[in-house]
Amino acid sequence: MADLSTNFVGIKSPNPFWLASAPPTDKEYNVVRAFRAGWGGVVWKTLGEDPPVVNVSSRYGALHINDDRIVGFNNIELITDRPLEVNLREIKQVKKDWKDRALIVSLMVPCEELSWKNILARVEETEADGIELNFGCPHGMSERGMGSAVGQVPEYVEMVARWCKQHTRMPVIVKLTPNVTDVRKPARAAKQGGADAVSLINTINSICGIDLDHFAPMPMVDGKGTHGGYCGPAVKPIAMHMTADIARDPETHGIPISAIGGIGNWRDAAEFMALSAGTVQVCTAAMHHGFRIVDDMITGLSNWMDSKGYRTIDDFRGKAVPNVTDWQYLNINYKSVAVIDQDKCIKCGLCHIACEDTSHQSIAALRVDGQRRYEVITEECVGCNLCQHVCPVPDCISMVEVDTGKPYLNWTQDPRNPYAKKAAE
Amino acid sequence: MGPAPLGGSAGLLSRAEIEDNFADIKPMLDKTRAVVDSARCFFCHDAPCVEACPTDIDIPNFIRMISTGNVKGAAEKILAENIFGGMCARVCPTEILCERACVRNTSEDRPVDIGALQRYAVDQLIETGHQPFTRAESTGKRVAVVGGGPAGMSCAHRLAVLGHAVTVYEARPQLGGLNEYGIAAYKTVDNFAQREVDFILSIGGIDVKPGQRLGQNVQLADLARDYDAVFLGIGLGGVNALDLPGENELSGVLDAVGYIAALRQAKDKAALPVGRSVVVIGGGNTAIDIAIQVKKLGAEDVTIVYRRGAENMSATGHEQEFAQVSGVKIKHWARPILLIGKDGAIAGVEFEYTRMGSDGKLSGTGEKFRLDCDQLFKAIGQTLTPPEGLATAKGKIVVDGDFKTSMAKVWAGGDCVASGTDLTVQSVQDGKLAAHAIDRALRANGAVRG
Repeated sequence: MADLSTNFVGIKSPNPFWLASAPPTDKEYNVVRAFRAGWGGVVWKTLGEDPPVVNVSSRYGALHINDDRIVGFNNIELITDRPLEVNLREIKQVKKDWKDRALIVSLMVPCEELSWKNILARVEETEADGIELNFGCPHGMSERGMGSAVGQVPEYVEMVARWCKQHTRMPVIVKLTPNVTDVRKPARAAKQGGADAVSLINTINSICGIDLDHFAPMPMVDGKGTHGGYCGPAVKPIAMHMTADIARDPETHGIPISAIGGIGNWRDAAEFMALSAGTVQVCTAAMHHGFRIVDDMITGLSNWMDSKGYRTIDDFRGKAVPNVTDWQYLNINYKSVAVIDQDKCIKCGLCHIACEDTSHQSIAALRVDGQRRYEVITEECVGCNLCQHVCPVPDCISMVEVDTGKPYLNWTQDPRNPYAKKAAE
Repeated sequence: MGPAPLGGSAGLLSRAEIEDNFADIKPMLDKTRAVVDSARCFFCHDAPCVEACPTDIDIPNFIRMISTGNVKGAAEKILAENIFGGMCARVCPTEILCERACVRNTSEDRPVDIGALQRYAVDQLIETGHQPFTRAESTGKRVAVVGGGPAGMSCAHRLAVLGHAVTVYEARPQLGGLNEYGIAAYKTVDNFAQREVDFILSIGGIDVKPGQRLGQNVQLADLARDYDAVFLGIGLGGVNALDLPGENELSGVLDAVGYIAALRQAKDKAALPVGRSVVVIGGGNTAIDIAIQVKKLGAEDVTIVYRRGAENMSATGHEQEFAQVSGVKIKHWARPILLIGKDGAIAGVEFEYTRMGSDGKLSGTGEKFRLDCDQLFKAIGQTLTPPEGLATAKGKIVVDGDFKTSMAKVWAGGDCVASGTDLTVQSVQDGKLAAHAIDRALRANGAVRG
């Protein structure tokens, strides 16, 4: 059986599955239930200075697609609304009772050195394993100059990270906001400031829906709504792109990453790890299904690793990073075409109509002896993949490589590119 | 005093038990189920289900509308092609039509529940009392529709939409035809047949004359003279006979069709006499329907006897199975040869086993058996009582591709013609297509106002 234990910037946990800083980690009761269920670690819901914030009702919006509930999720909840003292006392107790689990404390205080210095000292007393700087929350706290208001300014990110490294022995993880045009900038700033690691993504600015009876955004608070932080399965592709960007960037390459964003099962986790994540953080999936989902995450990852011969997570961690490249380096001479397995085809015609209406008219709708038959017109197929995605039958349409007999050629070398680099003369 | 003509006796079950037995066998889906089931539709291109539907309903589109909460749009989509979408959702043998064609059968052996989704949409619209269609400007033309069943009312509604003035002549007191007098009661509860007819009539422009039976108090020649066009949707008025001695003399030997009509109209089903041991002869849906309903009325033993095999029965496999799980026994390969009476009442039937010869002809084997019974139902097919002056073939009115009969100004459709299947949905389609044919003919003749 594979060894799932992790050592993330010195923070040890029996498995890489942490609960992200969020409502599930707001108090001892929940965190103990999570540890009982098997979670490797938690990032305690963000602490701030007293007096505690006040939250509103209601707080969550969700995107449902037919009977698929919570494809996307958003919230307008602020940081913990419990007194600092209560949280610190519980953190200390939980860490004492669960020594083998990772316990990281998320923090958000005003952008003043003294504020950070004071709270760091108090967190250290709990013997928590590390801190995560919440530079991400895009709602509410950002209006008060905290959260993403800090995370969007690389200079602030660097400054606060530096303060924290100066004032604590604990490892510092900087949690990044995705609400920027280039996530590498704040990531570089975090590294410059001395942060031990980054975690990403925090939630994305969003309005989850409009209530068409009240003409107000959801979640609705007394007839009004506001933008909230978007998360859940729908944000995973965005989180993966940003994770890859940081992993590939020469300036941040190698910085430990705790990945967050739409992770709900072992496969999601493995994908982020292939992009170099050392641990993964989960929130929406747990809020949707409860803590027991970690069972599948642990056994699924372990079984997959066994099937691939990976003994530890480091055996495959980061293996996808070299294969993430820029468009201009893709092989222009590579060609694949769609092939339909007629034995598996159920004659729904979705491939045909998608190709016919919106792509390259490369799938013919035929009747053979009165029976429907859908056939790829191979010479017209550009290998775009749309048909494979719309086909409801697994493995019915595959993309098959066509040998063009041509060597690797990327756009920087292609003679059709007016700006192609000229061969050395 | 002689035996009661219907045989059997009333009161085998309490009213409450009977009410429970005749509850809706498949109630309307709730919203959750509708959302889940509608999401299973792949929204196929050139969808096989549409091709399998005799009325060409755009099934993927109406199901997509249900999935988005556009239930009214879904109902309008259905009713535009099939104004009896509500009844067809209840009685269509979907397992041999749209649902058999569903590509989900190939991918996972379970089709989308198209019939149930159709009912979900149409029932909700009918409940509102809203008529989604409007009438075209009046053409000044008058059309007589004979028969207020699915074919006639479908034709009448479409003619009204197209701007013609319609008069419906119906032999019985109520409109609806077999929907009102023939469909098994547990398939159409809460007076749905009449509510659907009311919905259809709410288009306006349809005058109804009940109690007018063709050949008796109304004559085809007169209608052809007095109206611009006539549509016959008269169904099959007669029933086949066993041609066995005692058939007409013994009490308790009954036509299934007549008994079902009485059952459907009964204010109190518990008052209907029903046998303790019932034999049904036949292999169609009527045989199934009578067998299940007398079982639900309290008959202890109900046996359907059919002269050929299960695969030869015109009742679908689904219907046969439903009869069996309802406690009805089905015996194949036997035919009645003798009715046994006692004191003027049916007491049993003697059957002879049959077999199919290599020449494809059915013959008796000579082996016999006897079933005791106190009620015997004949469900061996219905026959056309042909109106005078019309060409018929193989017991049906002859029509061309436009549902035009051999007589000038007269069209026909539904069970009285040989258009396709003998299903409700086919009758609805016949009526609709005939309405358009009549409309074309009337407009071609000129003198249509507007």
